[in-house]
Amino acid sequence: MKGGREMPANGSQDPSVGPSANLEETGRRSSRATIGLLASTHPAALAGGLGCCLVLVMALTAPLLPLPNHLEGTMDEQYLAPSPVFREVAAAPSDAAGAGVGTRLRRALFGELELWNLMGTDGKGRDLCSRIVWGSRVSLTVAIVAALVSLVIGVLYGALAGFFGGLVDEALMRLVDVLYAVPFIFVVIYMVSILQEYDDSLRSRGISREVVLYVLIGAIYWLTMARVVRGQVLSLKKREFVCAAEAVGAGRLRIIVRHILPNTVGIVIVYLTLTIPRIMLFEAFLSFLGIGVEPPDVSWGLLASDACAVMTPVNVCWWLAFFPGAVLAVTLLCINLLGDGIRDLLDPRTSGRGE
Amino acid sequence: MIFYLFRRLLGFVVTLWVVITVAFLLTRTVKGGPFDMQREFPPEIKRNLFEKFHLDDPPLTQYVDYLSGVVLRFDLGPSLKMRDYTVNEIIAETLPRSAVLGTLALTIALVLGVGAGVISAVRRGGALDAFIMILATLGIALPNFMLAFLLIMLFTFQWSLLPAAGFGSWQHLILPALALGAPFAANIARLCRSGMLDVLGEDYIRTARAKGLRESHVVLIHALRGALLPVVSFLGPAAAGILTGSLVIEKIFAIPGMGDFFVTAALNRDHTLTMGIVIVYCVIVYVINVLVDLAYTLIDPRIEL
Repeated sequence: MKGGREMPANGSQDPSVGPSANLEETGRRSSRATIGLLASTHPAALAGGLGCCLVLVMALTAPLLPLPNHLEGTMDEQYLAPSPVFREVAAAPSDAAGAGVGTRLRRALFGELELWNLMGTDGKGRDLCSRIVWGSRVSLTVAIVAALVSLVIGVLYGALAGFFGGLVDEALMRLVDVLYAVPFIFVVIYMVSILQEYDDSLRSRGISREVVLYVLIGAIYWLTMARVVRGQVLSLKKREFVCAAEAVGAGRLRIIVRHILPNTVGIVIVYLTLTIPRIMLFEAFLSFLGIGVEPPDVSWGLLASDACAVMTPVNVCWWLAFFPGAVLAVTLLCINLLGDGIRDLLDPRTSGRGE
Repeated sequence: MIFYLFRRLLGFVVTLWVVITVAFLLTRTVKGGPFDMQREFPPEIKRNLFEKFHLDDPPLTQYVDYLSGVVLRFDLGPSLKMRDYTVNEIIAETLPRSAVLGTLALTIALVLGVGAGVISAVRRGGALDAFIMILATLGIALPNFMLAFLLIMLFTFQWSLLPAAGFGSWQHLILPALALGAPFAANIARLCRSGMLDVLGEDYIRTARAKGLRESHVVLIHALRGALLPVVSFLGPAAAGILTGSLVIEKIFAIPGMGDFFVTAALNRDHTLTMGIVIVYCVIVYVINVLVDLAYTLIDPRIEL
C-alpha cells in the first residue's frame, strides 16, 4: 500500500536515491578539479554557470554602468529603433548636489558618457537597455528570495520528516501529498488580489508588495524540496557518522543541523537551480496579469508584458518584445544548463550517458 | 483499489474543505466589500444588496450556508459583480471552452513531445537530436505569453493564415493551443528522451532485437511503453500547468473561458466567482492526479496501488 502511494510522485525518477552514494566523493574534490571536470564533461553547464555569473554581475553593478536613466524619458524619443550611440549625460539638476557613491564612482569610471539606445526606447522614451539592466535586479531578487523561502521551509520540513520517521514522517508527508493536489497558483492569485486591499496597512508596517510576493511564491515551491530532502535524510540517518554522533551524546537538533543537513547541500543546490527558473517564469506570469511587480519598479516579466500590450501591426516595435524575452530566455537557459550539469555530476547513473 | 480510491476521496474532501475555509476567512476579513465604488449606493439599495447576498448574516451562518450549498446542492452562490448570473451558470458556460482548449493543448504537448523525444533518443548524438533538444530547452525557458505573441506575429500578421483572437471556429483554437501546449511538449520531449535512453539499454530490448523484430517495432512497441512512465507522471503537473497557462493564453487570444473569467473576477474582487472557480480547478487537478495514478498500473503492472 505504502509503496504504491509513493510510486507516482517519485518512483521512476527518484532524485534522492542516486546522488547520495556519490555526494561525499564529490565534496572531497577540490573546487578547481570540479570546475575542470565540469569543463571537460559538461561544457554546456560551464557556459550556463558563466552566463549566470554575468547576469549577477550586471544586476549588482547596474548603478555603475554608463546607461541612461531607466525611469524617465522624453516624449520626443519614444519608440526609437535601436541605434547605439555614446552621448553626454543630460545634466539633471538634482544630480550635481547630492550624488551618491554609485553616481560618483560611475562618473569616475566613465566620465559624462552614457550608452544611449542600444536596444531602442519604449513608449515613454525610456532607454530599453537600461530598463533591462535595472529590471534584472528585481527579477533576480524575486527569484532568489522566493527560492530561499522555499528552501528554508522545504529543508526544515523534509529534515524533520526524514529524521523522526514513523508517525511524524507519515503525517507530514501525507500533508505534502494533499498539498500537491491544490492548484496553488490560483490560490496565490486570489490571495494577492485580496491582499491588495490591505496594501496601505501592510505598507505602514514596512511590508511592501514585493515581500508579500516573495513569501507567497516561496510558500508554494517548497513541496518538491521537502520530498527530496526527506529522501536524502532517510538514507543519511542510517550512516555510521550519525551513529557516532549519537554515541558521543549529541542532541537531536545538533545531529540534524550539524551532521545531516550539510550532507544534503548538493541535492538542495540542484533543486534550487531548478526552482529559480520556474519562479522567474511565475513572476513574469504574475506581472503579465497585472498582479506582480508594480511600476515604477521594472522587472523582465513586466517589460515583456508591456511590450505585448503596446504592439500592434501598425506599431511593430520588435525590440520591445525581443530583448526582454531574449534576456529572460537566455538567463533561464543558463540556470537550467547549470542545474542539469550539477545534477549529472552528482548522479553517477547519468554520467555515462553522454548528453 | 477500492480502498485506495476511498482514501484519495477522503484526502480530496479534506483539501477542499481547507481551501474553502481559508478562502472564506480571507474574503470575509477584507475590509471594503465588493460594493464599494466611486459612487456610494443609496442606503436602501445597499441594504437590498446585502440582503440578497446574505452579507448581513453572522459570519458563521454565512459560512455554513456556503459550505452546505457547495456540498449538498453544488451551488456556488451568486456572482457578486455580474448581475443576474450565478457562479454555476458562468462556470457551465465557460468551462467547456477552457476544457476544449486545454484538451487540445495537452494532446499537442503529448504528440509533439513524445514524437520529438523518441526521434531524439533514436538519433542520439546526431544533429537532429541536438536541434530538438535546443528547441526543447528554449521552449522551457520562454514565457508562454511571449510564445503566443510570436505566433500571432508570424501566423496572423506575417502570413495571414490564422485569426489572431476570438473564439468560434477550429482555426481560432490552433494558435492558443499551440502556445499553451508548447512548453509542456518541450518538457515531455526531454523526459521521453531520457526515459527512452534508459530503456533502450535494457536486456529485453536486446532480446527483442535478437528475435529479429523490426527496429520500428522494437522502439515503438517495446521501448516506448517503458519510457512512458516518467511522461505519465508528468501529466499531472502538466495538466495543472496548462490550467495555469490558460489564464494568460485566454486573455491574449480573447477566449471567453474560465481562466479569463477567473482573472477578471480576482481583479474585480468578485469573491464568490473567484472562490467557485478555485474550487472547480481543485476538483479538476485532483481528478487528473487520481487518473494519472491509475494509469501507472496499466503501464507498469509491477506497481500496486
